[in-house]
Amino acid sequence: MSNIHVNTIVNGDEVGFLCDPRETLLDCLRDKLSLTGAKEGCGTGDCGSCSVKLDGRLVCSCLVLGAEAEGKKIETIEGMSRDEKLHPLQEKFIEHAALQCGICTPGILVATKALLEKNPNPSETEVRYWLAGNLCRCTGYDKIIRAVLDTAADLREAK
Amino acid sequence: MALDDQRKSGFKFVGTRPNRPDGMDKVTGRAKFGADMYAPGMLHGAILRSPHAHAKINKLDVSRAEKLKGVKAIVTRADFSKKINFTSGKDLETWNVLENIMAGEKVLYDGHAVAAVAATSALVARDAIKLIEVQYEILPHVTDVDAAMAKGAPIVREGVADKSVPEGLNSNVARYHESGHGDVEVGFKEADLIVEDSFKTEATHQGYIEPHACLATLGNDGKGELWCTTQGHFYFQKICAALLDLETSQLRVTASEIGGGFGGKTTVFVEPVALALSRKSNRPVKLVMSRSEVFRATGPTSSTSMDIKIGMKKDGTITAGQGTFRLQGGAFPGAPGDLTAMCAFAPYSLKNVHQIGYDVLTNRPKQAAYRAPGSPMAAFAVESVIDELCKKLNLDPIEVRLKNASRKGTKASFGPKFDEIGLVETLEAAKEHPHYSAPLKVGQGRGISCGFWFNFGGETAVSLALSEDGTAQISVGTPDIGGSRSSMALMAAEELGIPYDHIRCTIADTATLGYNEISHGSRVTYASGLATIKAAKDAINKLSKRAADKWGIPKEAVKWEDGCAVPSGPNAGNFQPLSLKDLTKNMGKTGGPIVGHFEATPEGAGVSFATHIVDAEVDPDTGKTKILRYTVIQDAGKAIHPSYVEGQYQGGAAQGIGWALNEEYIYGSDGRLQNAGFLDYRIPLASDLPMIDTVIVEVPNPGHPYGVRGVGETSICPPLAAIANAVSAAAGIRLRELPMSPPRIVAALNGK
Repeated sequence: MSNIHVNTIVNGDEVGFLCDPRETLLDCLRDKLSLTGAKEGCGTGDCGSCSVKLDGRLVCSCLVLGAEAEGKKIETIEGMSRDEKLHPLQEKFIEHAALQCGICTPGILVATKALLEKNPNPSETEVRYWLAGNLCRCTGYDKIIRAVLDTAADLREAK
Repeated sequence: MALDDQRKSGFKFVGTRPNRPDGMDKVTGRAKFGADMYAPGMLHGAILRSPHAHAKINKLDVSRAEKLKGVKAIVTRADFSKKINFTSGKDLETWNVLENIMAGEKVLYDGHAVAAVAATSALVARDAIKLIEVQYEILPHVTDVDAAMAKGAPIVREGVADKSVPEGLNSNVARYHESGHGDVEVGFKEADLIVEDSFKTEATHQGYIEPHACLATLGNDGKGELWCTTQGHFYFQKICAALLDLETSQLRVTASEIGGGFGGKTTVFVEPVALALSRKSNRPVKLVMSRSEVFRATGPTSSTSMDIKIGMKKDGTITAGQGTFRLQGGAFPGAPGDLTAMCAFAPYSLKNVHQIGYDVLTNRPKQAAYRAPGSPMAAFAVESVIDELCKKLNLDPIEVRLKNASRKGTKASFGPKFDEIGLVETLEAAKEHPHYSAPLKVGQGRGISCGFWFNFGGETAVSLALSEDGTAQISVGTPDIGGSRSSMALMAAEELGIPYDHIRCTIADTATLGYNEISHGSRVTYASGLATIKAAKDAINKLSKRAADKWGIPKEAVKWEDGCAVPSGPNAGNFQPLSLKDLTKNMGKTGGPIVGHFEATPEGAGVSFATHIVDAEVDPDTGKTKILRYTVIQDAGKAIHPSYVEGQYQGGAAQGIGWALNEEYIYGSDGRLQNAGFLDYRIPLASDLPMIDTVIVEVPNPGHPYGVRGVGETSICPPLAAIANAVSAAAGIRLRELPMSPPRIVAALNGK
């Protein structure tokens, strides 16, 4: 099977890669573009550790084919902080000890950033249901939820 | 053994909550986990696995796969050590590991590895394994522990039982344990009420989000490099070397960041296979498991079948306790029948106690450790029976537990006498906690349970090197699975008297330190922590010598205070304090580099207890149980970084909630695992859980310089029982089988 040439924009940069038609966007990000922040926890869209944004929409990159990225805009964890400053969510996650092993953290950060862009004032229940597609096995979610609510409050105050 | 110089107060750094050193890497996605490493010329591996629960391999033909373009190597059992064999009697444990990572003459469970391929891409490798031809002769199989012990059961392997197994049991029983003291028959006669009941729990998986992954390089010169996600790279080095006939020191193993382990990454699966593929292809090979492979072929916990009998007086005194624990451990010996039995009654001071444990083989994947192996299941059975006794005798469950609680000096159910322990303190804290007296609505119920885990020390080596600018680097050999690098840096800061930020803790590779036992048994903050403190003291000793030389006084006349060498008293002379930085800046000229060391096997890991309170609500129509409120109260001895102690408490509780309510291995009558994915094996989601409150009780462990007890495992011991007791209070039904899934609850409600 011949490879497909894909042109896409990742974190604002124009990039191209060759991929097998069967390869997922996650495979391409990791193996072709060296963006290993998105993780494969399941490959079936259940764990959310491969979460990225595709043309502004939160997706599991393991459920998107690499070829589908043609002409689209992709945002990954690697693009979350700008220059040397971390995104407020990233800072709060460290401050609240909202990670233990850290494997789910990139996906959860990408997902919660998408939530706060949509809903700057989520309730605890709304955060819990928004993150129902992102599995964390270490924390019991408690500190993650607190970090998200705390960030949201700070961001509202800063406006 | 008590340390006479134990520090109990006046901490400057210990007990604070600084940011973790790997925080930046982990929130930006640049932390490197098992699958995140790449090498020039790297190949990708894939493993062919058995679709059968039990079968003889009559033919294994790889010729078609070899011809596929891009395939560079194929390995089978023939590519591993031939010196390790089952009949030799010795090295049986090594044989078990080898047989598990690559089948020999028979496949023993659905998912058992049969062959592996390395190819130029992961897709080609996966295509190639489909071209491998295997002819199986299907054999009868067994997956349930009671069925495996029954007469006429299919036998997984003859000749596995050791001397502990009494006569008359079938060959699936690999180990037998019996312990206790007093006379339970006398004890039962003294009881006003006896409750006897039977329980079952299904196997659950540790469920770490990161699948097993590694990158291996090995040449036919016997020299290799292995990068892998592991709880114990020194053990991986040793066992991989044995399986591949290498010299241990020629294989360097580096632990990646680890994306969760919980006991499941204490042994090898893909690593020796990747090394064999690399040796055969002479190229680096990356091998990453799929989620389905993780479920089918790596260790879940044991499933169990248990009988409990407890006698109680009207005033709540337990007169006798007896338990039988049958553990299903998959196709190899090692299920913790002994630990389960030993933990079962540990929270209670009993005159008469007797427990039996069985380790039973079935056609399932080899069980692996999962957070306090055996203890949660034992607590589920014992604490459910105690709850029934309290109900029937109209006694408060906390008062009854306090009345019978193990204390310092109690002869433990498993033998020795307890030293300082904190069970009573957790029960008192539970009684006083607002959660325990908060009102409940109709249809809601509250449950409590205690839990126990031994904790562990183990071989430990730490180095602490000082830099010229007065900062310090700690090398530890225990992979950081829950924030331990922070805790090490805090303890070193406390000793050295320099800021936390001036210390960097690294998980060193196998070439850098002496052997370090796996990160298991809740041992890291205890043992590597103790070693870090001792290594810092060793460095301080050397610093003090430099100061003494400079001042021209004996070293004994110098003491270390607040980060400085100072004269120990007025008689030592009048000298200005020399800071750590003052002493390191010219250390090359005053005697050379200053490095503190500690190498030993600390034996003073203090046992740990917890008490959990949980409120639950049962929907009578659907059978769904909702956890409304959860409080964990646990003795940490001394919390070094309280945020990560709380994290362990919360994480253990959450895993326990999943185990209690949803998670289970489901086998079909064909012996195949039916739910090998996160959609059908449902671990708790954010939307399933409430906030999990924590109370850190601190009763110092006499065996650690600051009183640390391990905290990682005890937190998963009480939840199964606490939730069962809450469900019983909410719905008036006693669930004797886990998980308490909606169909089981509905069935119990219908049978009420």
